Amino acid sequence: MRIPCPHCGPRGHEEFAYHGDAAPIRPDPAAAEAERAFGEYVYLRDNPAGLHRELWYHALGCLTWLIVERDTRTHAIRGVAEARANHAQGQAAQ
Amino acid sequence: MRYSIFSLLGHALAGNRRWTPAWRDAAPKAGYDIVIVGGGGHGLATAYYLARMHGITNVAVIEKGWIGSGNVGRNTTIIRSNYLLPGNVPFYEWSLKLWEGLEQELNYNAMVSQRGTLNLFHSDSQRDAFVRRGNSMRLHGVDAELLDVPALRRLVPFVDFDNARFPIRGGLLQRRGGTVRHDAVAWGYARAADRLGVDVIQNCEVTGIRVERGRAVGVETSRGYIAAGKLGLACAGNSSRVASMAGLRLPIESHVLQAFVSEALKPVIPCVITFGAGHFYVSQSDKGGLVFGGDIDGYNSYAQRGNLPTVEDVCEGGMALMPSLGRVRLLRSWGGVMDMSMDGSPIIDRTPVDQLYLNAGWCYGGFKATPASGWCFAHLLAKDGPHPLAAAYRLDRFAAGRVVDEKGQGPHPNRH
Repeated sequence: MRIPCPHCGPRGHEEFAYHGDAAPIRPDPAAAEAERAFGEYVYLRDNPAGLHRELWYHALGCLTWLIVERDTRTHAIRGVAEARANHAQGQAAQ
Repeated sequence: MRYSIFSLLGHALAGNRRWTPAWRDAAPKAGYDIVIVGGGGHGLATAYYLARMHGITNVAVIEKGWIGSGNVGRNTTIIRSNYLLPGNVPFYEWSLKLWEGLEQELNYNAMVSQRGTLNLFHSDSQRDAFVRRGNSMRLHGVDAELLDVPALRRLVPFVDFDNARFPIRGGLLQRRGGTVRHDAVAWGYARAADRLGVDVIQNCEVTGIRVERGRAVGVETSRGYIAAGKLGLACAGNSSRVASMAGLRLPIESHVLQAFVSEALKPVIPCVITFGAGHFYVSQSDKGGLVFGGDIDGYNSYAQRGNLPTVEDVCEGGMALMPSLGRVRLLRSWGGVMDMSMDGSPIIDRTPVDQLYLNAGWCYGGFKATPASGWCFAHLLAKDGPHPLAAAYRLDRFAAGRVVDEKGQGPHPNRH
């Protein structure tokens, strides 16, 4: 499996560290149901068989956090973007 | 028909033309008292113990493929109970005890071989950790022996004791550990459950779970609707997919684990050996092939096949442990989809949906647990409460902070 890094080009996945599903957004600790929200944020996952947006860190490359859209049934990669853009959107959505 | 030396001789004299199928090819009925989704080792064992221990025989096991097509036929066949935590040791020890009597119980040759499981260590701190583990085992009445280098040299003279980077300092041996012919476990449980009246239904994929007023009442399948008094899920790597049909999200990620077998060699490895400085475990099958594996690939996958960097990593671990492996050729490799839980321990519990029960989160240690998992899941389904041996394996332990994290890795499934 090769991940097309936006900075380094296609690189073997062994250069990257995997950090799982990109969907969970850290909840607001001051919110009313923060305890339940943190439990779900830390532990519960959709775990789809199909397209999955996930975090990869190019640890042996450009040190960038990426969001990779990948099919978990075939390992085919649909798209790659920098995670910081997604993070900004998540913060705005909150 | 009961299998014995006499039945074997009788069939041999008849030219082996009169063997009958080991279990009926059942068609689904309209409904059952209990329906178990997943015809792997755990689902079949659950059905068997429901019938055997609780007298509940109006049970169906439904399987989307064929019996033995999933992880029960994809593992490295190791059994052991060398765990550390009090929530784990009694459960896995009961599983090992069930393995010890399994063949007589099922009247099926599963080739249970208690050849020993040896964990090597390579440093003082690792010795401390294994001494602690061994003491925890012995406090629970489980056999454990600490071997020094001279004792190891007698047992496994071929490992690289004087490796410059990872010299071998000793090992923790559980003599009662070993290996089992894994397909025979699925077949043996299927046959024994079938003889007690359980319907084993193959090629029957669940496509939906019918929930009415917060209560599971049946499953939609590729062979029609099947009503269920109670519904048990034992779907391993597909647990999240099936549970999502009832609107549940689980603390589980599915990951691929690869396993390997070499060409057949003369007997060389007397027990199961694990390398302490990397992740590598190896045993030798009765056919002579070296059966080995290592880490999961480390990313979500339902593909039942992995990637080459993991193959390289596993083989490097093997070479560091046994340089003599260098000329051995790899015969086959394959992948299985693991239900990696967030703390590395399983879940055998009720769910928020009434009459829907979950058996999942086995990570890549599910094979050795097969008998006890079936035993405890059958108890849960029959009695509607957790078995004492599985009391730690509750679904609400994550939100409540009572995780059972054997390796102390935190909520990262790919590190367990």
